[in-house]
Amino acid sequence: MAIFEYAPAPESVTASIREQYGLFIDGKWTAPRSGQYFDTVNPATEETLARVAYATDEDVDRAVRAARKAYDKYWRKMRPADRAKYVYRIARAITERSRELAVLETMDGGKPIRESRDFDIPLSAAHFFYYAGWADKLEWAMRAGEEPKPIGVAGQIVPWNFPLLMAAWKVAPALACGNTIVLKPAETTPLTALALAQIAAEADLPPGVLNVITGDGVTGAALVGHPDVDKIAFTGSTEVGKAIQRSTAGTGKRLTLELGGKAAHIVFADAPMDQAIEGIINGIYFNQGHVCCAGSRLLVEESVHEQIVVRLTDRIQTLRLGNPMDKNTDVGAINSKMQLDKIKELVSSGIDEGAVLVQQSCELPEKGFFFPASFFTNVQQSHRIAREEIFGPVLSILTFRTPAEAVEKANNTPYGLSAGIWTDKGSKNMYIAQYLRAGVVWCNTFNQFDPSSPFGGFRESGFGREGGVHGLREYLAH
Amino acid sequence: MSVTVDAVMLEARAGSLAKRSIKTTTKVAGIRLAIGCMDLTTLEGKDSEGRIRSLCAKALHPAPHLPDVPSVAAVCVYPNLVPAAKEALRGTSVKVASVATAFPSGLSSMEVRLADTAAAIQAGADEIDMVIDRGAFLAGRYREVYDEIVAVKAACGPVHLKVILETGELGSYDAVRRASDLALEAGADFIKTSTGKVGTNATFPVAVTMCEAIRDYARRTGRRVGLKVAGGVRNTKQAMTYLVIIKETLGESWLTPDLFRIGASSLLDDLLMQYEKELTGHYAGRDYFPMD
Repeated sequence: MAIFEYAPAPESVTASIREQYGLFIDGKWTAPRSGQYFDTVNPATEETLARVAYATDEDVDRAVRAARKAYDKYWRKMRPADRAKYVYRIARAITERSRELAVLETMDGGKPIRESRDFDIPLSAAHFFYYAGWADKLEWAMRAGEEPKPIGVAGQIVPWNFPLLMAAWKVAPALACGNTIVLKPAETTPLTALALAQIAAEADLPPGVLNVITGDGVTGAALVGHPDVDKIAFTGSTEVGKAIQRSTAGTGKRLTLELGGKAAHIVFADAPMDQAIEGIINGIYFNQGHVCCAGSRLLVEESVHEQIVVRLTDRIQTLRLGNPMDKNTDVGAINSKMQLDKIKELVSSGIDEGAVLVQQSCELPEKGFFFPASFFTNVQQSHRIAREEIFGPVLSILTFRTPAEAVEKANNTPYGLSAGIWTDKGSKNMYIAQYLRAGVVWCNTFNQFDPSSPFGGFRESGFGREGGVHGLREYLAH
Repeated sequence: MSVTVDAVMLEARAGSLAKRSIKTTTKVAGIRLAIGCMDLTTLEGKDSEGRIRSLCAKALHPAPHLPDVPSVAAVCVYPNLVPAAKEALRGTSVKVASVATAFPSGLSSMEVRLADTAAAIQAGADEIDMVIDRGAFLAGRYREVYDEIVAVKAACGPVHLKVILETGELGSYDAVRRASDLALEAGADFIKTSTGKVGTNATFPVAVTMCEAIRDYARRTGRRVGLKVAGGVRNTKQAMTYLVIIKETLGESWLTPDLFRIGASSLLDDLLMQYEKELTGHYAGRDYFPMD
């Protein structure tokens, strides 16, 4: 009998959600020209939260024109110190409304409130604070002889896994550098980007400086293809990223892409074992594994393989899966039915190819899209689950015998976004890190982020950097 | 060779366990558990037999006006006061624990420390809380520390032995883990964080580390050893976090006085106040609870 079972601890704050959202263009909420709307649903309950405008070519064109006008009329001419004030104002508004935004993010996307409250929203605000400080110091981001100049109109397309945070990563540096923006949130998670539009309006950001349009991939393609957009920043799948690169080739548009990953998470026999387990758990089950830099490919030294499997098997049983609004939930809802189907398909391919599946044993909620925390042992380098991005709470465990083999296996992927190393030996950490082809390598930790630290990929994980000084340079002509 | 511990990630893990939201029915159950697992402690130079009788009365019936509040697990006193405590608690479920082995420093000869232990047992102690020689441990004389625990354990016979590591003096989580492994291998029935007599007493990361050592030892040998957190546990929130740490590291089966203790004095009053608040919806004043 359970003697200390956690009672429900639902978040008590509520978020006000409108029945219907228009497009935020030129500082005003406007109806889409097509008159079409689509539903955004709560993936934990499958209930419709709101109807959201569907932007077509015409709306994209209106948004880009508004951004161009605002760029010429206000934003490029404004004193940098004044631009900074607006960015600060947005940062403060996000902080003030953090609880409400966290609730909104969790309702629309399915992630645990613990994560939206402690990670997504505070880090979003931190990016605005960080880049606000840069606005009047941009010459320090340049090389000798370069003068910082904005690029113009930026088209920014963000994914559904960290909706507000990914928007913040793009919007904050773009504004600080003097660019104007057309932002398109993901189809399944538009609500916090729309809340950001409202915050911008309340901060008196000049009309047209930030425009938010909602829609699907067709809307995104229209934005990418618009001739008056100077820069595209995209975070999402490698497949779409490739299409965007093809479409912008030869147009003179600047492009940054942050795409998929299949990160190697390397655990040596001399690792601090219990912390490595926590790192593995965080690396793959954080945000249900909907993380482009997730540590989804665990490479363990053969001599500790068995004890790691034993420890992980026990540890996943203590993860609490369920209502994302409960403050004790560790694993929330899968973002959409489509994503859930994709995860299930890849998991069954793993079983078919001979890997052994271990899952947390718990009842899944009747409604909503859920998948238990899972890992595969007996995975071979050739298996689909070792090569393709699952983007769900599913870990593949492989083994290695020597440091050289660890490096070789880690790099044997078309991706290169992140990697992790666990060893108590500092010199080994540094030595291995230099051979890993990944944009970020975490040593004895995982999923650590800070606005001052650049983030981005190698190879098919994309190019360009977000965060830090490096992130500024992507929004400056030089 | 003990496994190593990474401080940054350990503290992050402990921090996330401390964020568990413990409300309503869980809180009521947790408070009862915490009281039932408590070693109500007085270890002051001015302790007298009268003071012990008063403490024992409270240990037995912490709050007669509140329903379903259990007795505490034990009272914890200096060896000279064991007879008084035994007499006050005769025929009850509440055990008498005695500190021994030249508590709190342990810096006496082995003969003196064993004699101290024997005297406490002779006087009727049900449980012995010994201290390890931190000087020997920090000097790397692990064998000596191990042998001392084995010797005290032999002196205890069937009497339960809790081994105090005094983690606040060990200087690193690696050392906490190593000392835990040492005490486990030497036959401790419980491993205990602190004496309560130094600047840093029980902390969440230390408790997590000790739980991990206990868990790994049980996995290896099948023997289940208890954890006692002591010193600095003053409020209900902290006590609930320790329950969470036990539950999520060792499992619910460890949440029994046989395998978990909290050594505390003022904590009991806060638990009772919070308990009454959960039952009635409002806080009662401090004076509605008997002082010990």
